[in-house]
Amino acid sequence: MISAMEATIAVSGLRKRFGPTQALDGLTFTVTPGQVTGFVGPNGAGKSTTMRVILGLDAPDAGTALIGGQQYRALKRPLSHVGALLDAAALQPSRTARNHLLWLAHSQGLGGKRVDEVVRLAGLESAARRRAGGYSLGMRQRLGIAAAMLGDPPVLMLDEPFNGLDPEGIVWMRGLLGSLAAQGRAVLVSSHLMSELQDTAHHLLVLGRGRVIADTSVRELVAAASGDRVTLRTSERSTAMTLLARAGATVAATDRDTLTVSGLAAERIVELLSADGVPFSEVSAHRATLEEAYMELTRDAVEFRGASSDGDGGGAGAGAGASAEEVAR
Amino acid sequence: MSATITPYRSQVQAQAARAGFPQLLRAEWTKFRTVRGWMVGLVVAALALVGVGVLSALGSHRSCGGPNGSITCPSVPVGPEGGMVTDRFYFVHQSLAGDGSITARITGLSGKEPWSKAGVIVKNGTGQGSAYAAVLATAGHGVRMQYDFTHDTAGLSGAVSAGSPRWLRLTRSGDTVTGYDSSDGSNWTLIGTAHLAGLPSTVQIGMFATSPDAVQTTSSSFGSSSTTGGPTLATATFDQVGLQGGTSGAVWKGDEVGGAQGGPVVGSGGPGAAGSGATGGNGSPTSEGFQQDQATGAFSIRGSGDIAPSVGGPLGDGQAVERSLVGTFAGLVVVIVLGTLFITAEYRRGLIRTTLTASQGRGRVLAAKAVVAAAVSFVTGVVAAAVALPLCMHILKANGNALYPIGLLTEVRLVVGTGALLAVAAVLALAVGTILRRGAGAVTVVIAMIVLPYILATASVLPAGPSEWLLRLTPAAGFAIQQSLKAFSQVAGVYTPTNGFFPLSPWAGFAVMCGWAAVALAVAGYLLRRRDV
Repeated sequence: MISAMEATIAVSGLRKRFGPTQALDGLTFTVTPGQVTGFVGPNGAGKSTTMRVILGLDAPDAGTALIGGQQYRALKRPLSHVGALLDAAALQPSRTARNHLLWLAHSQGLGGKRVDEVVRLAGLESAARRRAGGYSLGMRQRLGIAAAMLGDPPVLMLDEPFNGLDPEGIVWMRGLLGSLAAQGRAVLVSSHLMSELQDTAHHLLVLGRGRVIADTSVRELVAAASGDRVTLRTSERSTAMTLLARAGATVAATDRDTLTVSGLAAERIVELLSADGVPFSEVSAHRATLEEAYMELTRDAVEFRGASSDGDGGGAGAGAGASAEEVAR
Repeated sequence: MSATITPYRSQVQAQAARAGFPQLLRAEWTKFRTVRGWMVGLVVAALALVGVGVLSALGSHRSCGGPNGSITCPSVPVGPEGGMVTDRFYFVHQSLAGDGSITARITGLSGKEPWSKAGVIVKNGTGQGSAYAAVLATAGHGVRMQYDFTHDTAGLSGAVSAGSPRWLRLTRSGDTVTGYDSSDGSNWTLIGTAHLAGLPSTVQIGMFATSPDAVQTTSSSFGSSSTTGGPTLATATFDQVGLQGGTSGAVWKGDEVGGAQGGPVVGSGGPGAAGSGATGGNGSPTSEGFQQDQATGAFSIRGSGDIAPSVGGPLGDGQAVERSLVGTFAGLVVVIVLGTLFITAEYRRGLIRTTLTASQGRGRVLAAKAVVAAAVSFVTGVVAAAVALPLCMHILKANGNALYPIGLLTEVRLVVGTGALLAVAAVLALAVGTILRRGAGAVTVVIAMIVLPYILATASVLPAGPSEWLLRLTPAAGFAIQQSLKAFSQVAGVYTPTNGFFPLSPWAGFAVMCGWAAVALAVAGYLLRRRDV
């Protein structure tokens, strides 16, 4: 029991107000070991604030945040309990990456050997002796991962680690997070881009307006969002739409030759189409993307329509998303 | 699924079981040394400290003029205790071999300066700077016993006049000289005892008169002041002069000790007896000399100068050695910038969050930073001062300047104190940086707290009064640790910050600065603990 506690983050009833903004409004959740937990929500939902509270950087107005049953400030060697990446840009530009890791290692009673290990883990061997100021955002993310891994912690908390990574970096990050979780670590990864977590997260914590609006496994969420809908591919889209609508289904055109049908079972659709001689190439149970499932969930919780469309739009909005959250503080 | 998971345990082997203070200290030192600009900054601070001192020394020449143009400056006499002294007076004396005493009644003393003085004296010869002990009357400070220039003990108070004369007595026994005074010639009071180490058997014993230069301070329109002065003359009258012991017994000699011209003047007449008239000097009442009344045996002695320690200032003979460290303020500015950046650079980049999450306790982070900032600044200051002090002293001397000699302990205090000054300034800068979280603002505030008051107070910008208050109340009081000049109550010097005299003693001034740093650090620690970051 005690060992199970070591690798968890337990947040209970967190409240935090910044001026007129209720950033956290009674937040409660537990992050369990052995899986990657996606921490998602629109900008300003309170993801970064929650992480800062867990790390003891911000004091909550109410509630507790515990790491393995202890408050962060009670941890005797904090970085061997929690590794955090809050802001990859938080570097002294004139210090080399290796020296950045070295002072951090020294603060934990660790030496240069461990630094070399995490440099290798993050794939920074060739760049470690260069000034961190010259690093790209992607390299800074790798450096941030190296710093988080210094103490080989059972709990990892990463704020938007995919930002600025190139495709290769994204694949690397996904693999790393998966393997860290497989080792039995609790891995909490925030993102405002659901697609980034699609193949990474096992569990999701969805935040909206400072509250948990969903705490569910990815499989359940997708299944729920998929509903009883059926995807139909046909070359005679309008004919099929009319036919199926007359039979009582709700039909939506999702592509030039694709329809999403709900209210009718797949067998019944095949029957109807065959009877009328409408050609079709595919009838399959619809599987929602994580993105769709998430959109459905947060439709009511989104605070700023403009900001959310910006944030959800794609990779281009990544930088703006982070700063919008800063402003919300 | 989670039921089958074995939670991960950290595998990494650390040298320490906890992120304690030693680990924090090491981390902060690693942080400091790995930013090249900061290490270069320390070198710049040291170079600025030395460089400004050297430039100032190179520009400081002392030349003395004579009737035929410039001459080699006469050396300033040094007293038995090693300090520079003023030793000019008119001395009416004779030799005393072995033990003995002198008694005299002083019936009048005219001298405009409060420290115009005349009395009886035992001195090791007539050379300037030799050991002496004297009991004397002053124009404004009553009877005193003084010896070896720096020592001064009060006797009877009140001014001397014909109606209220003073009897003065010195008794010499070996190298011990004891002083007494009396208002009636029969009831004697001991004033003090002087041990004049190494006093030879034969000494000069007699009476003297002297009067220090007038010092006038005038305020100018900018609030600064200028000081002017000139020689003054004191005339003293003695009678009932009695000598005991192995004196030559016949002839009183008059000598202008330390006088620029005029050889010894010989008078005649037995001690305490009505002898033949004697005229000293050229006889004019406006110059130094002495006369002895044939009928009464009374002496009239006129003298100018002082028997006292030489103090720094506009009328002083030398320069204070801390002139070598005048570049401290320049080094201080650099150190203030570094101390501030040590924390504000972290706020600027958000690195402060990493720092705080890596440690247990925010107060400890601040303490570790303070120790590192203080240590690097201290070493920088000590190294720079250890170079600047001998180097600039050498240059100053080569330029003909006389420097007030200082002892080894004072030299050590100046060097170590300069390091300490930089260290405390760095801590203050770190604390203010923590409070304000902005580099530019914090640097401005700290420079306005330390360097600005120092310059205002010491560069003749403000009058002496406000200057002294600045150096009592602001962190600039810490500069007192560099002062080597001592103020003497028996010398009416111009004891202002401009002349190197601080209103507080070296350690008291340094304590004021430390107090500021401590308060700022406490406020910074409180805010750091309380604020979200």
